[in-house]
Amino acid sequence: MTTLFIQSLLDALTLGALYALIALGYTMVYGVLGFINFAHSDVFAIGAWTGLLTSSLLGLSIVMGSQTVEPRGWEIFLVIPAAVLVCGLLAWVIQRLAYAPLRDAPRLNVLITAIGVSLLLQNVGQLPWVFGTDPRPMPRLIENPLLFEIQGVQVTLLPMLTIVAAMVLMVGLEVLIFHTRFGRAMRAVSMNPKVASLMGIPVDRVIDGTFVLGGALAGAAGVLFAMEYPTVQQPASNTWVLLGLKAFIAAVIGGIGNIRGAMVGGFLIAFLERFGAAAQQFFPGIISFDTTVYRDVYCFAILIVILLVRPAGLFGRSVVEKV
Amino acid sequence: MIRSIFAPLMVLLIAIGVHGLVGRYDDGYWINQLTIIGIAIILAVSLNIVNGFTGQFSIGHAGFLSLGGYLAGSLLYYGSVMFFQTRPEPGFFSFTQPFDRMDPTIVWWGIGDLFFLCVCLSAGLFAAVAGLIVGLPSLRLRGDYLAIVTVGFGEIVRILIESSQRQVPLSRLNRADGWDLVTGWGSAMGFNYIPKFGSLFWVYLFVGITILTAIRLKYSTHGRAYLSIREDEIAAEAMGVRSTRYKIQAFVISAFFAGIAGALTASSQGTINATELAFMKSLEIVVIVVLGGMGSVSGAVLAAVVLTYLPELLQAETFARYRLILYALVLIFVMILRPRGLMGTREVWDVFRRRRGVQG
Repeated sequence: MTTLFIQSLLDALTLGALYALIALGYTMVYGVLGFINFAHSDVFAIGAWTGLLTSSLLGLSIVMGSQTVEPRGWEIFLVIPAAVLVCGLLAWVIQRLAYAPLRDAPRLNVLITAIGVSLLLQNVGQLPWVFGTDPRPMPRLIENPLLFEIQGVQVTLLPMLTIVAAMVLMVGLEVLIFHTRFGRAMRAVSMNPKVASLMGIPVDRVIDGTFVLGGALAGAAGVLFAMEYPTVQQPASNTWVLLGLKAFIAAVIGGIGNIRGAMVGGFLIAFLERFGAAAQQFFPGIISFDTTVYRDVYCFAILIVILLVRPAGLFGRSVVEKV
Repeated sequence: MIRSIFAPLMVLLIAIGVHGLVGRYDDGYWINQLTIIGIAIILAVSLNIVNGFTGQFSIGHAGFLSLGGYLAGSLLYYGSVMFFQTRPEPGFFSFTQPFDRMDPTIVWWGIGDLFFLCVCLSAGLFAAVAGLIVGLPSLRLRGDYLAIVTVGFGEIVRILIESSQRQVPLSRLNRADGWDLVTGWGSAMGFNYIPKFGSLFWVYLFVGITILTAIRLKYSTHGRAYLSIREDEIAAEAMGVRSTRYKIQAFVISAFFAGIAGALTASSQGTINATELAFMKSLEIVVIVVLGGMGSVSGAVLAAVVLTYLPELLQAETFARYRLILYALVLIFVMILRPRGLMGTREVWDVFRRRRGVQG
């Protein structure tokens, strides 16, 4: 029982760190522009694929189930920046080409455009000369030695590294948003873009910066995700859509537009998912059905509950709309 | 009095006409194509009531389609054994094949046809109740919450259906223990061997009813309320429009017709598969609505016909691969260049009226 508990805890922490990183991208864009950036999960997927392609460029690849070259340790410091760069750039291009022309359009139009962009990224990524339609294995970028063992649960380096890396990125973002000039400009734009521009804040540049930031985080999270779960699905796979949805739900639960809320929400969703899936083993006599099957259902249930009870999210304040 | 009966009567006559003419002269190809097109029209026009009229954004229409389809499938598959001991033979109006394969002793209107009508309506009602449950928490709020909740709803329906147990073959079913076996119908292969009742008559009857409902709604008090919510929800509320109530109403009506479309899909193809009715299917319906014009009933019908038949017409391998890329580009460009869709709120007859210089 304790073994199962600690195992679930570890899984939930790793997964939660990744959810939180993706949720941050959703919540930042929602805070600044007020729409759901549906293409964010695809940027994340492209991050994972960039990680995979860069590693094979560096000589690390998997042929017939075994890795050609053992990782030398420094590749990860090239692979993650590459994914960050590609995804940041991609997010910037998307914002410039698709969302910027619609700045003054009704929100519904921007939402539909976002879905269009998502569809475009998925299907272009699926073409045979881009990423193809088959899942591919991600090579190991670092060794994965055993760190310590609690109650029969073996804790290895990789999940710990994922958690730590995600934490570092989140603290970095926190510093950026609450302690720098750019962060202050971003918060001002999210409060009121018109007044912000009257105060001399370059709104367009701030919005671009927000997208680049969100994309970069998604890129880093993509590589971490691919390292942790080393089968990279094709870009149009349901996995990415579901991941994106859960991350968005995490952002809503934390209070959409609220940076700290998104982090907490990410961990909350992951805990719900992992412990919900293991519920049958925790209460063997009471729950008779197979709870792992419904892993993806719990977070939607909690979304409905949150929307009914606290529509502004756990940390959000409800805003009265004025005319 | 005569005017109010005239349109429904026309719908009935057109449905009989389509069924009779196509069934008489076709070898099966057009029956199949027209069925698929008809179902696409029902889906597009019903989604247009939510996305076009009220300006909300639902992307889980395939979820309602699955719900209706699986309920209708279960009722037809297990229910016909429970109620009639055997599969009731379809009458003339529910005959899904070309007429030259018809048994000459066929009845014009059998009890099976009445049963199928009830199945369709219950599938619609079932989906409508699901729509109420989904709509109540999410439509109280402004903003894009409906989008995310409906995506989630579609996924939940898919997962629940896929994870239920395998269906039971009809031969093992007898009336004594039949009810226990209804619990599981999901499998990777979908739900098969559903009795076929979904003939062109039924499809086009419901197409007509859907279009008629949508048009009458659009020009009624309720429709005006929907449009006012789309234009400015706060202003509408200030004018005394109860926005939450109208939004939920539109959503439930839309879900009802999606459920009927599910029943028609299940009983015209004889099979339904929740795996195929995932997020992509919902998106395809959204593309039809956006392209046709958000708020234009005739635009939605036109777009449904074109976008359903075009892939069939251009059945090249390359086109299948690039189809979704094309859809995506169309979505983005239509949104940037023609924000209200190709037709906007206008109907086809509005365009012609303006051309003649007569202002309605």
